[in-house]
Amino acid sequence: MEWEPVIGLEIHAQLKTRSKIFSGTSTAFGAAPNTQASAVDLGLPGVLPVLNAEAVRMATMLGIAIDAEVAGRSVFARKNYFYPDLPKGYQISQYELPIVARGHLDITLGDGTTKRVGVTRAHLEEDAGKSLHEDFHGMTGIDLNRAGTPLLEIVSEPDLRSAAEAVAYMKRLHALVRYLGICDGNMQEGSFRCDANVSVRPRGREAFGTRAEIKNLNSFRFIERAINHEIERQIDLIEGGGTMIQETRLYDPERDETRPMRTKEEANDYRYFPDPDLLPVEIDRAFIEEVRATLPELPDAKAARFESAYALAAAEAAVLTGSRELADYYETAVEHSGGQAKLCANWVTGELAAALNRSERNIDDCPVGPRALGGLVARIHDGTISGKIAKQVFEAMWAGEGDADAVIESRGLRQVTDSGAIEGMVDEVIAANPEQVEQFRAGRDKVLGFFVGQVMKASGGKANPKQVNELLRKKLAG
Amino acid sequence: MHDKSIAEMSAALAGREVSSEELTRHFLARIGELDGALNSFITVTPEKALEQARTADERRARGEAGPLTGIPMAHKDIFCTRGVRTSCGSRMLDNFVSPYDATVVERMSAAGMVMLGKLNMDEFAMGSSNETSYYGPVHNPWQQDHVPGGSSGGSAAAVAARLVPAATATDTGGSIRQPAALCGVTGLKPTYGRVSRYGMIAFASSLDQAGPMTRSAADAAWLLGAMAGFDERDSTCLEHPLEDYPALLDRPLQGLRIGLPREHFGEGLDAETAAAVHQALAVFEAAGATVKEISLAHSMLSVPAYYVVAPAECSSNLSRFDGVRFGYRCEEPVNLEDLYKRSRGEGFGAEVKRRILVGTYALSAGYYDAYYLKAQKVRRLIKDEFGRAFDEVDVIMGPTTPGPAFRIGEKTSDPVAMYLSDIYTIAANLAGLPALSVPAGLVNGLPVGLQMVGNYFDEGRLLGIAHRFQQETDWHRRTPPGFA
Amino acid sequence: MTLDRNDVESIAHLARIAIDEADIPDYARDLSNILDLVDEMAREDTADVLPLAHPLDAVQRLRPDIVTEEDRRALFQAGAPAVENGLYLVPKVIE
Repeated sequence: MEWEPVIGLEIHAQLKTRSKIFSGTSTAFGAAPNTQASAVDLGLPGVLPVLNAEAVRMATMLGIAIDAEVAGRSVFARKNYFYPDLPKGYQISQYELPIVARGHLDITLGDGTTKRVGVTRAHLEEDAGKSLHEDFHGMTGIDLNRAGTPLLEIVSEPDLRSAAEAVAYMKRLHALVRYLGICDGNMQEGSFRCDANVSVRPRGREAFGTRAEIKNLNSFRFIERAINHEIERQIDLIEGGGTMIQETRLYDPERDETRPMRTKEEANDYRYFPDPDLLPVEIDRAFIEEVRATLPELPDAKAARFESAYALAAAEAAVLTGSRELADYYETAVEHSGGQAKLCANWVTGELAAALNRSERNIDDCPVGPRALGGLVARIHDGTISGKIAKQVFEAMWAGEGDADAVIESRGLRQVTDSGAIEGMVDEVIAANPEQVEQFRAGRDKVLGFFVGQVMKASGGKANPKQVNELLRKKLAG
Repeated sequence: MHDKSIAEMSAALAGREVSSEELTRHFLARIGELDGALNSFITVTPEKALEQARTADERRARGEAGPLTGIPMAHKDIFCTRGVRTSCGSRMLDNFVSPYDATVVERMSAAGMVMLGKLNMDEFAMGSSNETSYYGPVHNPWQQDHVPGGSSGGSAAAVAARLVPAATATDTGGSIRQPAALCGVTGLKPTYGRVSRYGMIAFASSLDQAGPMTRSAADAAWLLGAMAGFDERDSTCLEHPLEDYPALLDRPLQGLRIGLPREHFGEGLDAETAAAVHQALAVFEAAGATVKEISLAHSMLSVPAYYVVAPAECSSNLSRFDGVRFGYRCEEPVNLEDLYKRSRGEGFGAEVKRRILVGTYALSAGYYDAYYLKAQKVRRLIKDEFGRAFDEVDVIMGPTTPGPAFRIGEKTSDPVAMYLSDIYTIAANLAGLPALSVPAGLVNGLPVGLQMVGNYFDEGRLLGIAHRFQQETDWHRRTPPGFA
Repeated sequence: MTLDRNDVESIAHLARIAIDEADIPDYARDLSNILDLVDEMAREDTADVLPLAHPLDAVQRLRPDIVTEEDRRALFQAGAPAVENGLYLVPKVIE
């Protein structure tokens, strides 16, 4: 039987506010334990929450960007459960009336087609603290610095049909929240986390199968592997005559498998009810329009502009707009290259991307800045150096030897265009290789390549290849 | 000295007839001498009080004193007080020294008032008799084998016995008005949102409201003026302009339209209490007010609705008491679940546990609609009914309680009978309306109260009406035997 | 509504409250009585009534995104039941 996976994602994006969602405590990452846990975050007796305006603005930005309804009235509710990293014994979240509902996101599939993925809702809530399981004499340590950090939980429709689609969706959303500047997207630090609901059904059947929820997916690689693993597990289980049970599973990246969470499977009864410490949040049209006016250019619009303004292929434009930082880098490089858009695109997606990859760096800590790269491309275009020498110059720039002009100067890599000098080298090479001259004259055109190579070698790669070619043809014909 | 009104004490301080330190020592001495019989204080803070008194005297010497500077008072032990144990009447918080001050505490300090200590109360404000306190019951100063009412029983008893000139209290279903009535003092529950809840340990967040407990409406006006007003730390605290309550006390009663809900004079009301209330109403009529019967039929469902809403909110509010970050932790928990269950099982008393369990049940899957949602709908009916009533009348009056104080232990074995002692007070909480109770008579030597419910933000008007009543009567000046 | 022993046990578990075995019948009786009181609401038809979560028709006020709190860990942890290296300690949590 052919099986079809059905996948929906719940993504938690930490919002990049300065202070927490319900208190004036800093959200900065990495502070000593519990030094960023104020009376409100600790849930001391008598404290009360007051909502951060910036969290509301950021949620509104996302709502607009995914073409969703931003609710005129949304309500905070309490989700009640006991856990040591949840100081109040309830999480302030949104339940019946979320701030954002019914949006969508378009993803590009492997075959180049586009698929629209529904976003059911996005709601504001507070993050929990962290449990540290290192051994404190058999005890667990609780750090509440993260408690109260604003989260936007973005819930997709079960529209995804493969692990690859799930990853494409997640990457798209990741790019979007970073474009919007509402989340730093740092997956190692947990700023962007994902739970996946996965089920399988016989292809053609409409009803969904029983799903499992996979928690704790904090890299794109893990998500793909975990979902694929889970799909296989479910198919094996069902084909082996077993029955799926609805459960929560944890992905273990070390063993590359999912396993049921060990918490006793009591039915969770969260006893949601409207939080009486908070009043309904109202958002009017004027506010939405005000936020809309401040939205940056979003990935789709930017890619379309790149295609037309820089005459790029769709695939190239998609890569270059994959993140706001990369797109900004590219545009700055083009500006400093004298408008060499195509050549800049080749360099950014080629040499630069490879170098970043090799050194495991991100574009924002790239040792060769966009102005410098643009300068290098300009020197290729004006013939100061060849494309081949340019790679050498790039490596030197990467190593910190200065900008393109400085490297070309200090290493003496300026292309030789003096026809007298080139002619001398051509003459020497012809004189030294009589046998090959014969072959060429006998009609073996390929030998020209040999001569070009010899002349370039003699020039240390600096001779203008076009001039070398022309001169050789003239002289050898003579 | 201890029988003086706040205005008189303020004048005596201003005229240098007495210093704040002398006044403070006087009340501390009374507490030391008389509170053994009452148990109205959980914690007395003499050193802190004398320090505040000296600071108040210095302020006065520098010419920086306000009308309340140097006047002693005490807080219900539900308000967080920095550096002082804040127990909420519970074993759970017996060891809890608050690291911060509640907004109400901050404001009283800013006004220069001197805190004598923290007053006894029903555990987490859950109770109508002050018998659920971990620190033992409070005794009614009028008859010490009787309850003072609750949950602010310590506040009411201490004010009635002249151990403090004034106290703070809180009211979730009648916890200011009911003990005020049973102890013969004046207690005001302001409009929901009038006074900040920040630092006031939550029982039921959508119902809780702090207010003053004093001997007279005039004194209450002074206290309210100091404690009320907008607080950015409480999302439910409103930016509604404050009135100059003490200045606006003298209002004529001529033309005042009084509504009497017929449901508050029916079955269950003690006949002598009813007679006292009718006598009080005659005072208003004589002063030119008109009295008219109205119906508050829906408000008769206020007790059932309250016993869903309040426990539901409390079941969630009290989840933070888990033995992890503060408060009581059980000995040697074997695992996390054991830590939670025993810390909470041992730290909370029986009534708190009952309410947490009722609330947990009312919110649980399958019951939410039948209980919680239903109660919210009934709440809407009650609020709307009051709205219609205030189209016809200016103030609603009736008995504060069905009868005078009962004996200690009389109702402890029957929670439902206990709950019904708040039958006339709860509706105002569900609707968020201001309401006060003034002493209106003595029945067999025990005080009974007249309740007045006003429209939203009508605290000033209520205080004025009560003040006029207290110009015509002397019930509020009566002193329990032995406490003169 | 009458609650039995099992009901009380499962509610007490949800609320994480230990109840002595011997006290369960009393709790069952008291809770049942309270629910009987509450059930009086059933006689009121509320089909067309909007629920009221809050006494006032007010809207949530928003706080500017400013850091106003500083580190007061030492003060907050002074009364904590078990603390080590700035962490609150609880019996081992197993996932």
